[in-house]
This record gives sequence, structure tokens and C-alpha cells, in this order.
Amino acid sequence: MNKQLSGIYILWKREVIRFFRAKSRVVGTLAMPFFFLVILGSGFSPNYPQSGGERYINILAPGMICMVLLFSSIFSGIRVLMDKEFGFLKEIMVAPISRISIMIGITLGGMTTSIIQAFLLLGISLLLGAQINLYGIPTAVLFMLLISASFVALGIAIASKMEDMHGFQLINNFLVMPLLLLSGALLPINFGEWNFITYLDPLTYGVDAMRVSLTNTPGMPLWLDFAVLAGFCAVCILAGAFLFSQRD
Amino acid sequence: MNVIETNKLTRKFNGITAVDSLDLEIEEGEIFGLLGPNGAGKTTTISMLCTMLKPTSGSATVNGFDINKQQDEVRNSIGIVFQDPSLDDELTAYENLDFHGMIYGIPKDTREQRIEEVLELVNLSEKANLQVKKFSGGMKRRLEIARGLIHHPKVLFLDEPTLGLDPQTRNNIWEHVKKLNESEKITIVLTTHYMEEADSLCDRVAVIDHGKIIALGTPEKLKQSLGGSIISIEANSTLLPQIKKIRKIKEVYWANGRISITAEDAEHLIPIIFELAQKNGVEIHSISLHHPTLEDVFLKLTGKSIREEKADAFDRVRMRIRSRNR
Repeated sequence: MNKQLSGIYILWKREVIRFFRAKSRVVGTLAMPFFFLVILGSGFSPNYPQSGGERYINILAPGMICMVLLFSSIFSGIRVLMDKEFGFLKEIMVAPISRISIMIGITLGGMTTSIIQAFLLLGISLLLGAQINLYGIPTAVLFMLLISASFVALGIAIASKMEDMHGFQLINNFLVMPLLLLSGALLPINFGEWNFITYLDPLTYGVDAMRVSLTNTPGMPLWLDFAVLAGFCAVCILAGAFLFSQRD
Repeated sequence: MNVIETNKLTRKFNGITAVDSLDLEIEEGEIFGLLGPNGAGKTTTISMLCTMLKPTSGSATVNGFDINKQQDEVRNSIGIVFQDPSLDDELTAYENLDFHGMIYGIPKDTREQRIEEVLELVNLSEKANLQVKKFSGGMKRRLEIARGLIHHPKVLFLDEPTLGLDPQTRNNIWEHVKKLNESEKITIVLTTHYMEEADSLCDRVAVIDHGKIIALGTPEKLKQSLGGSIISIEANSTLLPQIKKIRKIKEVYWANGRISITAEDAEHLIPIIFELAQKNGVEIHSISLHHPTLEDVFLKLTGKSIREEKADAFDRVRMRIRSRNR
């Protein structure tokens, strides 16, 4: 048991070391939401009808936090493929620890680095004038944990089924972008009678929870958000664990 | 005592047999070489012994543990240096070693001490805190060898340890392998398709082709089995029956457009061969004499050269990929 724990710890630590060593990458991932906040935020700001009198940045900032969580979490999972390409995965796979421990280590590492980035963006949002409810932060962290765990695990599940990084663009265009756009992270969307589609996107509940807890925007009840995300998270983790332990 | 024993070990890929009923015994403390061309089944054999790949049939024990049933015990008993680089370039040398120590569950005190030791062993102590991406190919290889030793394995597997390295670095790696075989009393199993490597490094060599062992013994014995030096003649094959009549000759065969003659007193045969050629009106384009190498052993056993054109092209691509990653 001790061996499994020390394995999980070092896998986590490796993710964190690599994160802090790659400052340009961090700047790269935060640049996009930053520009969205500044540019979209300024354009829509004055009288946005669907905001119910809210300032647009208060709606956009929680959405951008979800976007950062989505991108960096799913990428942390898929990075397993890069480890494969550079050979390091073999070093991990031949070690005497279980596949489940390996997956837990990678997942915790990806969650940590994603949430650090989410907090960096939260800080940026504050500087840009978003009105963040500081008492809502503990609730928001709970949802950040759920969102990041789900998508790291989903990334690992996908990576276990892929041979190399060539499919990455497909994943980006056909999974990550739809998940983001349908969630209403950028703007609230309305498809009329087709609107149920947005409720099939698990990230919709993450965005909703983040808005409710961080900027007091009216939305769905938090228990519903929690229930849906917890269910999604469980499915992703099971799928990831199953597929990852299958690979050879 | 045998530290590795295989019993009819077999692996098939989509109906193609990569390793064919392999029976092998490797003694504790020896440097054992698996020599053969690319695609002979060397890496597949090692992968199975390291529990990275399940055998299709047959079994094997490593350090007394069954590779099918006692995976974790086997993994704790072995260190491995893969054919392709497997370091994290973003981490420092020390961090790479620390990662290994942690994932093998070695307690902090022993781990730190052991990292110092293995770094010392491969002369990388001064580079400990340098990021691996700044290392040269040879330094990375040495670091990988050091890493494989941290958890005191009984057996160290080296899969093509010097592929893609320049001759000087290759010699340097050989020195290190010999040194650690003595100082750590560790059994080393290496695969290679470099004859000189098998010859100068290994106590015993198994020549492997198409998944089967075709010869086994010390390099000396394998070479002696050829029965003397070799004369290689580039000439029309019509000369072959004439040469066969010379009494002192042990063996004559035709391979790769050349006549190969094996004889103990080969130097004195050359004038006789010229005489024969002249008598029969056959032109000799070139002639060479050399003392047997493992290459000749392979050539004799399989009728082909160990490094064929195809394998070379494959090697070049592989080296290009390696130099990109290294």
C-alpha cells in the first residue's frame, strides 16, 4: 500500500514540477481566456439584455474559468500520449505499481495544475473588474474539483484508445469545442425547442454552478449541478480506469 | 544458479511467430547477449521477461518468479533500459532518478544515498541538477542505465544499449556496463545486432534468428566452431567445385556473390587458389582473408548477413527519430 501511495505522490509531483517549469505554456493557456475577457467583455458590457442587468464580465468570468478547467484538464489526460511518444510511459508502466495508482496519480496532478490555472484566471477577472463573491469560493472549488477530475479522466480514457497525437485535432474540434460552446460558457444560448441539447452537456452544469457561486447570477439549483457533475465524474473515472488498465 | 529460465516461451503477432518455443538458461552474474538482426525477436523476448508483454504460450521465471503469475515480484527484480529513450526531458537527472526511486517505493534515506551511488557509477554526479534535455545521447544512455540500477535489481536488461551512438560513446558505455557487472554483481542481459558489442562485452551469446536460437556459447567457442580463418573470393561460382577439391579446406560455401572458404592454415591457401583459377580460366576480382567474427558465425548459420540492406534503412530512420528525441 505504501508503495502505491509513494507512486501516486511522485506521479502527482511530476505533473506539478513540469507545470511550474513550463511558464510559457501557462501564459499560453491563460492568454485566450484573458483576451476573451478583455475583448468580449468590453463589447457586450453596457446593456446586455439577457443578463438581467448584470455586467457581462460577471457572466463571462465564471464561464472562462470553466473553459480553462476543461482545456487544461482534458489536455493533462491526453498528455499520456505524449509520454508514450517520448518513451517515458514505458518507465511508468514497467514499475511495480498498479495501473489504477498510475491513473490516480496522473489525475490528481492534472486536477492540481488545472485548478491553479483556474485561480490565476479568477485573479485576472478580479483585476478586470468582475464582482466575485469571495464567500462562494469554497463552493466553487468543490465544483472545480469535480470538473477537473471528470475531464482529466476523460482525457486518459481517450488517450488509452488512441495510438498517437494525430487524433488530437479531431478531439479538439469534435469534443472539446462543442462541450465548451454548448455549455454557454461564452454566452447564454437558446435553441428554442432544441434547447435540451445544452442540458446534455455536462459542462453546462459546471458553468451554471460557477456563476451561481461566484457571481450570484440566477441559475439552476446547486444540488442539481452537483448531482449531474458527480454522476458524470464517476462515469469518466470508471471509463478511464477501465480503458487505461486495458492498454498494453 | 540460473537467474532466468524460459520454457517453450512463444509469442505470436497476428499469426506471425516472433518468438518460437524459446528455451534459455541464464546464469547469475554473467553478461548474456542476444544477438540477431532486426526483427529476430530479441526485443519481444525481453518484453516478455519484463512482464510488458504476455507470452502466447510457454513460461519463464526471472529470479525465481513466474512472469505470468508474479508480475510485481518480477518487476522488482529487474532493471531495464529500453531500446528507445525513456527519460523525462523536462526533469533534471536527479528528478528522473528520484521519480524512479519513489515509484519503486524506496524509502527516502536509502533512495538519496542510492541516487548518489548510481550517479557516481556512471560519472554523472556533476550533472545531477541539469535538465535532461541538455544531455548528449551518451549521457542520456548512462543516466538510463543508472536509473535501472536504483532499486538493486538482480537482472539488468539492456535493449540495444548503443544503437545510434557514435563509436567512442559506444566504447564508453561498454566500459560502464563491464564495471557495473563487476561492482554490483548484477546479471546483465543485452540485445544487440552489433557483432563487436556481443564479442567484446558478453560472457555468453545466443544467436537468434526468426525467433529461434541457432547457436549458443561463449564468443570464443562460437568463432572456433567455424574451424579457422576465412578467405572470401569475389569470382565466378564455376570456381567452387575446383576449390572443393583442395584437401586442407574445412568448408566452402557460396553466399552474397562470394565464395567463402574456411581453413585453419588459410594464408598458405591463397597462392594455391590463384593457381587453380588460372588453370581454369576464372578471373578473380578480389580476395580477402580475415579471422572469424560473430558475423561469420551468423552468415554460416543462416546464409545471410546480419545487417542486410533493409535493416540498414530501418536503422537509419530509427536513428533519425532517436536523434530528434535525444
